[in-house]
Amino acid sequence: MTATVIKFYQTGTHTVGNRLLDPSQRSVQADMRRTNSLNSGHRACQGCGEALGARYAIDAAMQACDNQLIAANATGCLEVFSTPYPETSWQIPWIHSLFGNTAAVATGIAAALRVKGRSEVRVVAQGGDGGTTDIGFGCLSGMFERNDDVLYICYDNEAYMNTGVQRSSATPGAARTATTPAVGPAPGNVFGQGKSLPLIAMAHEIPYVATAIVSELRDLEAKVRRAMEIRGARYIHVFVPCPLGWGTRSDQTIAIARLAKETGIFPVIEAEHGELTAVSKIRKQRPVEDYLKPQRRFAHLFSPAVNTAAIAQIQALADRNIRRFGLVDAAAAAGAE
Amino acid sequence: MEKPFAITLDVGSSLANKTGSWRTYRPRYGDRLPPCNNACPAGENIQGWLYHAESGDYEQAWRVLTQDNPMPAVMGRVCYHPCESKCNRGELDQSVGINSVERFLGDQAIKLGWKFAPPATASGKRVLVVGAGPSGLSAAYHLARLGHQVTIHEAGPLAGGMMRFGIPKYRLPRDVLEAEVQRILDLGVTLELNTKVENIEASMQAGGFDAAFLAVGAHIAKRAYIPAGGAAKLLDAMQVLRGMEDEEKPMLGRRVVVYGGGNTALDVARTAKRLGATDAIIVYRRTREKMPAHDFEVEEALQEGILIKWLSTIKNMSDEGTLTVERMELDATGFPQPTGEFETLEADSLVLALGQDVDLSLLNGVPGLEVEGGVVQVGPNMMTGRPGIFAGGDMVPSERTVTVGIGHGKKAARNIDAWLRGEVYTPAPKHELATFEKLNTWYYEDAPKTVQPTLDLIRRQSSFDEVVGGLNETNALFEARRCLSCGNCFECDNCYGVCPDNAVIKLGPGMRFEFNFDYCKGCGICSAECPCGAITMVPENA
Amino acid sequence: MLKQCEGSHAVAATVALCRPEVICAYPISPQTHIVEGLSEMVRDGTLQHCEFINVESEFAAMSVAIGASAAGARSYTATASQGLLFMAEAVWNASGLGLPIVMTLANRSIGAPINIWNDHTDAMSMRDAGWLQLFAENNQEAADLHIQAFRLAEELSLPIMVCMDGFILTHAYEGVDIPTQEQVDAYLPPYEPRQVLDPREPVSIGAMVGPEAFTEVRYLAHAKQMQALDRIPQLAAEFRQQFGRDSGGLIRTYRLEDAQTVVVALGSVLGTIKDTIDDLREAGHKIGVLGITSFRPFPTAAIGDAVSHVERVVVVEKCFAVGVGGIVSRDVRTAMREHPHPIYAVVAGLGGRAITKASLRQLFLSAMADELEALTFLDLDHQAVNRELERERLTRRSGPIAENLLRDLGVVAARVG
Ligand SMILES: Cc1cc2nc3c(=O)[nH]c(=O)nc-3n(C[C@H](O)[C@H](O)[C@H](O)COP(=O)(O)OP(=O)(O)OC[C@H]3O[C@@H](n4cnc5c(N)ncnc54)[C@H](O)[C@@H]3O)c2cc1C
Ligand SMILES: Cc1ncc(C[n+]2csc(CCOP(=O)(O)OP(=O)(O)O)c2C)c(N)n1
Ligand code: SF4
Ligand code: SF4
Ligand code: SF4
Ligand SMILES: [Mg+2]
Repeated sequence: MTATVIKFYQTGTHTVGNRLLDPSQRSVQADMRRTNSLNSGHRACQGCGEALGARYAIDAAMQACDNQLIAANATGCLEVFSTPYPETSWQIPWIHSLFGNTAAVATGIAAALRVKGRSEVRVVAQGGDGGTTDIGFGCLSGMFERNDDVLYICYDNEAYMNTGVQRSSATPGAARTATTPAVGPAPGNVFGQGKSLPLIAMAHEIPYVATAIVSELRDLEAKVRRAMEIRGARYIHVFVPCPLGWGTRSDQTIAIARLAKETGIFPVIEAEHGELTAVSKIRKQRPVEDYLKPQRRFAHLFSPAVNTAAIAQIQALADRNIRRFGLVDAAAAAGAE
Repeated sequence: MEKPFAITLDVGSSLANKTGSWRTYRPRYGDRLPPCNNACPAGENIQGWLYHAESGDYEQAWRVLTQDNPMPAVMGRVCYHPCESKCNRGELDQSVGINSVERFLGDQAIKLGWKFAPPATASGKRVLVVGAGPSGLSAAYHLARLGHQVTIHEAGPLAGGMMRFGIPKYRLPRDVLEAEVQRILDLGVTLELNTKVENIEASMQAGGFDAAFLAVGAHIAKRAYIPAGGAAKLLDAMQVLRGMEDEEKPMLGRRVVVYGGGNTALDVARTAKRLGATDAIIVYRRTREKMPAHDFEVEEALQEGILIKWLSTIKNMSDEGTLTVERMELDATGFPQPTGEFETLEADSLVLALGQDVDLSLLNGVPGLEVEGGVVQVGPNMMTGRPGIFAGGDMVPSERTVTVGIGHGKKAARNIDAWLRGEVYTPAPKHELATFEKLNTWYYEDAPKTVQPTLDLIRRQSSFDEVVGGLNETNALFEARRCLSCGNCFECDNCYGVCPDNAVIKLGPGMRFEFNFDYCKGCGICSAECPCGAITMVPENA
Repeated sequence: MLKQCEGSHAVAATVALCRPEVICAYPISPQTHIVEGLSEMVRDGTLQHCEFINVESEFAAMSVAIGASAAGARSYTATASQGLLFMAEAVWNASGLGLPIVMTLANRSIGAPINIWNDHTDAMSMRDAGWLQLFAENNQEAADLHIQAFRLAEELSLPIMVCMDGFILTHAYEGVDIPTQEQVDAYLPPYEPRQVLDPREPVSIGAMVGPEAFTEVRYLAHAKQMQALDRIPQLAAEFRQQFGRDSGGLIRTYRLEDAQTVVVALGSVLGTIKDTIDDLREAGHKIGVLGITSFRPFPTAAIGDAVSHVERVVVVEKCFAVGVGGIVSRDVRTAMREHPHPIYAVVAGLGGRAITKASLRQLFLSAMADELEALTFLDLDHQAVNRELERERLTRRSGPIAENLLRDLGVVAARVG
């Protein structure tokens, strides 16, 4: 018998930790000494994907730079739930200025550090999808274009959550929000609108662009680590389900994220200098219904009657992602047939 | 630094905000009974020993395993592994090769000479074990580890019972059996061979025994009435298989017919083939689906060229060896009914493999004893109607396998131990079963079962070399790591990682986790994302 | 060293001497020459240890300054008019966070109709934004105020806008005494931030503050500006001592000793006003001038004291609050609660309209005769206004006002021809 490469089928290929792995290869989140950069006591909703994603990302960034990190944060849930006077959940130097200027504030911090010769201190900017793809887009694009030494992390929960779930340019077609109500002949958000900020970021040809998802911690951490190895403008777009805005059960946050990836709805990719360098393949492909059904924001697609046309449209978008990014392994697909 | 009022805050100060008050449900860690453990007749803590095997700590794995079963090398070969049939991984891809890892551990122990730790204290009690089959050996082992002085009386010339005189060598090499028996004896167990117990009470009295465990097995071959000519060669399976342990191997001829449908029939036919038979034919009344023999054994036999005549009964055998065979048909209830259609079959010998009865003569005159259907009745504590006399294995009502016998031996030993102290043994309460739907299998990597190497066919047909090979260290590790750890925390750190509120406290290697209820909001993500179903959400005020 | 140069360049040269560490630039007239000048100095190495960042908007300019300042760097930017409004949210934010950013505001009017010329509408739109606002009368003062502004801003941890009239000052060539680096260094110590983003001592800056503390935060900002009322004259005095000239301070008076009438104004128009007053004084009128240098904080007490003996106040302001009237005049009124004299608000020079000595003279004469309305628009073309009002009364679709007026004045017609 030929020797088999030892994988960690049980404990670690997909789980957070792995008692069997060499400590140097374990995830940051499995480490008892992780920084918990976003500490307990924050006021995010139960099961908030953004709170989770932020801790994942910032802890990983902290580890990558030996805790020499400063963060600028846009207005939004993350800011509001983490720093209501008189308490802050942040354990790192952190500043909140405005909703739409975070990338620029980060540029300023980076400039100050450079001029002061503190090159070891790194800068992240973070915000929600609204603060990133809409109101903060100008500043973000400027930061990208100048290739400022900032890692920008967008926590995409696909709407303006902090103000009560309104549509943003990251809201998907058919999704019900407070400003795209599920009424009328074409309920929910209009199809054919919105933008992909990761692709726009790639078009800036900045050194690093990646998407990540809270259900794939190891991938997320690896991307943050990679981003931190690079100087210049970097962008990571993290998909973070929002139980409140999406109408999902608080314990399903990770499961929903997983489905977003496994359906092809959210492509998990990586690019350097404008060119795609890696994609995370779908492991067990699922139809989009599996993703849509557990979310109340899509409930109108299933009752009172099943809106097959809209579902097909969403499936087509997922299929396009799969095609465009090669999300399904050809070999695996052939095997499955 | 001197901070501007209100707009600038001290880091980490949110710890003052105890979000635990939001909770309506709280997570709770629990342990569940893995289905493999539940299914193991020897009561092995399979998951427990796989855990150590996963880390490559085979000795520790072996030590945990042998807390329940002293003969892993044997078990790893002959056990029909009901554990694997129940293994949750079977619903994912294929069950974990528990049995093959067990064998690996057993072989490793033999290779490296691992020994059992001697008992800490001696109880001063003497226990007689009758029969050195798996059940008797298991009881002896457990009693010895509990500090009792054990003597085995064995009628035969060698220890092992059916493991030696029934199960053929090509499935269980004898050096393996001997090594595991010897290790038990090394605990200070006295084995008296060629010592048949004729009267149990007399033997107990003579030896001054405080209690006895009977495990004499079932050795009397069942006979079917088949009219046969005086010169016809008619044997029973026990004769053949037992004869295989003698210098003189049984003479079966070139055409051998075996009558029966159990594993014994297969073992006989496969033995005949190895002894040089050109035709080895099994005649069985019913269909393959109804055959009690295990599928994998039928498969192996067919590979080796054994023929099986289904739906057939033998009516008679002539002096010349011509068998008259009647074709049967299954009725609505699945029972075979004669059709009146006959055919003939030529045979040099006919071997009956129709099962065995228990020789209960040693129990004659023992008061309070209850015998039903040819087997001794025992209570849940394995004690017969006669206080102080316990029984197990093939001689009591149960499935007749080595594993059941070993399980009985363990159970009896624990009860005897308690009984000797005037106590009642109460087993630890069983946890709720870890069923498949309690698992979040996403986290387990796809990993098909390791196929054990098998001997090539020519050698299988001509020699008594072991057919199925063992795993090596690499693939044993691989196989062990396929275990999902159903129902019990295996410290994958998922809960620790996925909590949005950092409300899971990691206690460190081997110490698992705790919840920090000051901050746990009760979202339930930890529970949903626990791969093995070890976290349940319960109402806050329940 | 006295240098004959454009106002913008004088400011650029002086700002550079203040050792700014981060400069954000976004073009808008009439500010642009300042950052152009600085950019050149950074590029050619005259100004070292400075990051010059070409941003994509004024909003980003102020935001970059916020980040840089919070990270402990001396930060500077410049803007005007629309640019100030475009950065408005960040303007408030900088003061709210207590970041000592210094910004030059090359005062320009705000559209529509779009107009690149000078008035004070832009500064006035941000008068309540929590920034200190210092108005320069001439290019020397414009340059000098920046040195004082950095010192004061950093002492207080509040941002300061140095306002200089667009074109009138920014583009005017005058002799300006540019100090030496040693002089500036002696006056302006390195920036020692009160709060700073630093992993060595992490803090969370910019918390969400609710009703329980918001009033206090606001009050504290006010209290700091009140402290500035004491510090500004002290710093001006110190400046005079070290640099040998008068620059800054809260207010500056001219021929006020026995004046019965005082003219109040901000910025460069004070020059024309003083000339006019000189003439009137020669003609025997008891009239004087009060220039406000520090509009925020507003020197209520200083003004109150200075005008306690006068009989009337004329406020000439280059801005007005549509629907109410004067802006500066209303603040002046608060300074005169104890003296119930008439206050005449005069809106002048909007969108770059020249304020001539002749018009002023006429204006002051009527004021002294108490013949002025409470609110007057200097040199307003009443005819043009009335024609338009009439047109609107008659036709629903009367068309765009600005174009109508221009057509009436013959400008458009001539061009369309
Ligand atoms: C051919 C064959 C193949 C089998 N294959 C398998 C298999 O692959 N896997 C499996 O799990 N099971 C198998 N079994 C069944 C299994 O062997 C038995 O169920 C098991 O051995 C029973 O164990 P035991 O200890 O009760 O009795 P036994 O193994 O029968 O041992 C009883 C012992 O008691 C001794 N004895 C009897 N009477 C006396 C007396 N009066 N005084 C002293 N000693 C006495 C006997 O000599 C014998 O050594 C097989 C059985 C047969 C016949
Ligand atoms: C200039 C400005 N416009 C609007 C708002 C109101 N506002 C605050 S947070 C927010 C929504 C944030 O949405 P997003 O960026 O997606 O973050 P989320 O809350 O969803 O995490 C809005 C609209 C604001 N604070 N500032
Ligand atoms: S609304 Fe959504 S994003 Fe905001 S705290 Fe709640 S779960 Fe998180
Ligand atoms: S996966 Fe492991 S614990 Fe679960 S049933 Fe199989 S062997 Fe037992
Ligand atoms: S994930 Fe955290 S907050 Fe949610 S139930 Fe588990 S311990 Fe509590
Ligand atoms: Mg959002």
